[in-house]
Amino acid sequence: MSIDIEAVSKNFGAFAALSDVNLQVPSGELVALLGPSGSGKTTLLRIIAGLESPDSGKILFNGEEATQRQVQERQVGFVFQHYALFRHMTVFDNIAFGLTVKPKKSRPCKQEIRDKVFTLLKLIQLEQLADRYPGQLSGGQRQRVALARALAVEPQVLLLDEPFGALDAKVRLELRRWLRRLHDEIHVTSVFVTHDQEEALEVADRIVVMNQGRIEQQGTPSEVYDRPATPFVFDFLGNVNLFQGRVHEGTAQIGGLRMASPEHASACDAPAVGYVRSHDIGIERQRGAAGSLEAEVRYLLSVGPLVRVDLALSDGAGSIEVNLPREEADRLKLSVGERVFARPRKVRVFVDDYQI
Amino acid sequence: MHVTKGLTKNGRGQGARVSEPAWVRYLLLAVALGFLALFLLLPLAAVFVQALDKGWQAYLEALKEPDTLSAIRLTLVTAVICVPLNLFFGIVAAWAIAKFSFPGKSFLITLIDLPFSVSPVVSGLIYVLIFGLQGWLGPWLQAHDIKIIFAVPGIVLATIFVTFPFIARELIPLMESQGREEEEAALTLGASGLQTFFRVTFPNIKWGILYGVILCNARAMGEFGAVSVVSGHVRGSTNTIPLQVEILYNEYSYAAAFAVASLLALLALVTLAVKTVAEWKIHQSIPVAEREG
Repeated sequence: MSIDIEAVSKNFGAFAALSDVNLQVPSGELVALLGPSGSGKTTLLRIIAGLESPDSGKILFNGEEATQRQVQERQVGFVFQHYALFRHMTVFDNIAFGLTVKPKKSRPCKQEIRDKVFTLLKLIQLEQLADRYPGQLSGGQRQRVALARALAVEPQVLLLDEPFGALDAKVRLELRRWLRRLHDEIHVTSVFVTHDQEEALEVADRIVVMNQGRIEQQGTPSEVYDRPATPFVFDFLGNVNLFQGRVHEGTAQIGGLRMASPEHASACDAPAVGYVRSHDIGIERQRGAAGSLEAEVRYLLSVGPLVRVDLALSDGAGSIEVNLPREEADRLKLSVGERVFARPRKVRVFVDDYQI
Repeated sequence: MHVTKGLTKNGRGQGARVSEPAWVRYLLLAVALGFLALFLLLPLAAVFVQALDKGWQAYLEALKEPDTLSAIRLTLVTAVICVPLNLFFGIVAAWAIAKFSFPGKSFLITLIDLPFSVSPVVSGLIYVLIFGLQGWLGPWLQAHDIKIIFAVPGIVLATIFVTFPFIARELIPLMESQGREEEEAALTLGASGLQTFFRVTFPNIKWGILYGVILCNARAMGEFGAVSVVSGHVRGSTNTIPLQVEILYNEYSYAAAFAVASLLALLALVTLAVKTVAEWKIHQSIPVAEREG
């Protein structure tokens, strides 16, 4: 089922949670709503589910107006960050709940419910835990039960609100890959909310980046990551360094470097900011042919396969963070206090007064 | 649950290292227990000793006395009316306060607490002021031959007022700690409002309800001040158990007074037992994460 969101706005008192949001989710896609807390992503999800109603705007399911539909009629599966399992029911009863509350006419018989629940238990690989209570399960197991419970009623749309947010790092990683595989199997239109860019990049077919109640950019993970439309998106997806400068008729003068910036051909001596991801900066011992900045090593930290290097720029323009692959760092044999040259490989220039 | 166990284990481990010397611990324990015995157990025991002073026969005779039977009946009637009403009100109010936000919410909470902060005598006087002969509605009530003050309706009203907060107060924090997500999950799964209440909300708060009901009942049966003001002490007609105890006591029939009082003491013991069980069950029904935090 496809979802269309047309000009939806929602205020909580004086706080504008969503302002004029338009979004299309094609049938069968797995879409991530990505943004910091307070960006309105959860509100949008709850509006789709019918748990919240918009102040203005429309929600369409398969092209049909659904704004006034009750939660119960929307046929959505909702997965909560804190699982929201019925704590006084066993795993079996939790998964069966949606089937047992159906009106008598459409309710499957006991045996059918049983078969369905066990099929789902098999899907989430928890068959042996059918008689346990939620309190006796780990976080990852609980979230899988919550997913099975939502899937039991065969929803037209699956909505997940920070589904992995309360889990520890390793379980989170496993579960999100499992979710991706699951989606490839069942192809139900899914929208999930996350503030974790890595999660969105790994799981989603399409990413919708939200900020302050608006959509900043939407596209495939690689589009959003490689061609951020706004400084906010650039900043939100990955570590970034900022260089202040100016841009004039297609040439940018950023942090002591000159570079072509054809997209700003019409700019006339405008203030600009260069954005460079921390892994898009190389470190060299000798001054390169062009485009390197003298700096002093302030701090070194090995983080798994990467080495984080903090540099203080010699021209006093602040400090930058560089992520080097371990081998590269080993080859350079850096130590704190040394003079080196930093060379940005990819700079994206925005003419903007945007500040982090 | 295993989390709680882990905590006690840790607690014990640390306790062994930082604990006071044994004699200090025993001294503190002895002082606490001694205090408890002197001020709580001794009076309780005294009630039963006095009640049975003249033997079982006299005890039962005292309870069978018509005025006393009438007082017991009136007390039961009052409780049977008040507790269900306050149960209904308590669940509705707690539901509204814990699961929704609306303007005037904190004012409503303050209002619910009002009977706790007002002296019961004042509560009784309020009703006399409204419904009494000299009160606002007095002449109208008299013209229509409706008796509220110095009659059963007044006693019921005063008791409802005094016991008003017990169930709501018990349920509000419990429902707040449980949040709205389970209900929301039930709704998304297609459950109706009633199905959600009876299959999701109610099982989660049933021990809290029991706890509130038992406290509300104990107070409804034991209330003295407010009831005393509105009752008029008409023997065999508008006396509740506590009022009957006072009358018997003032007439120097100690054995009878204590015999009747022992009923209230028994009620207190039952209340205590049920309360302990309910508290333990409520603790289980709050999510582990909440308890950790």
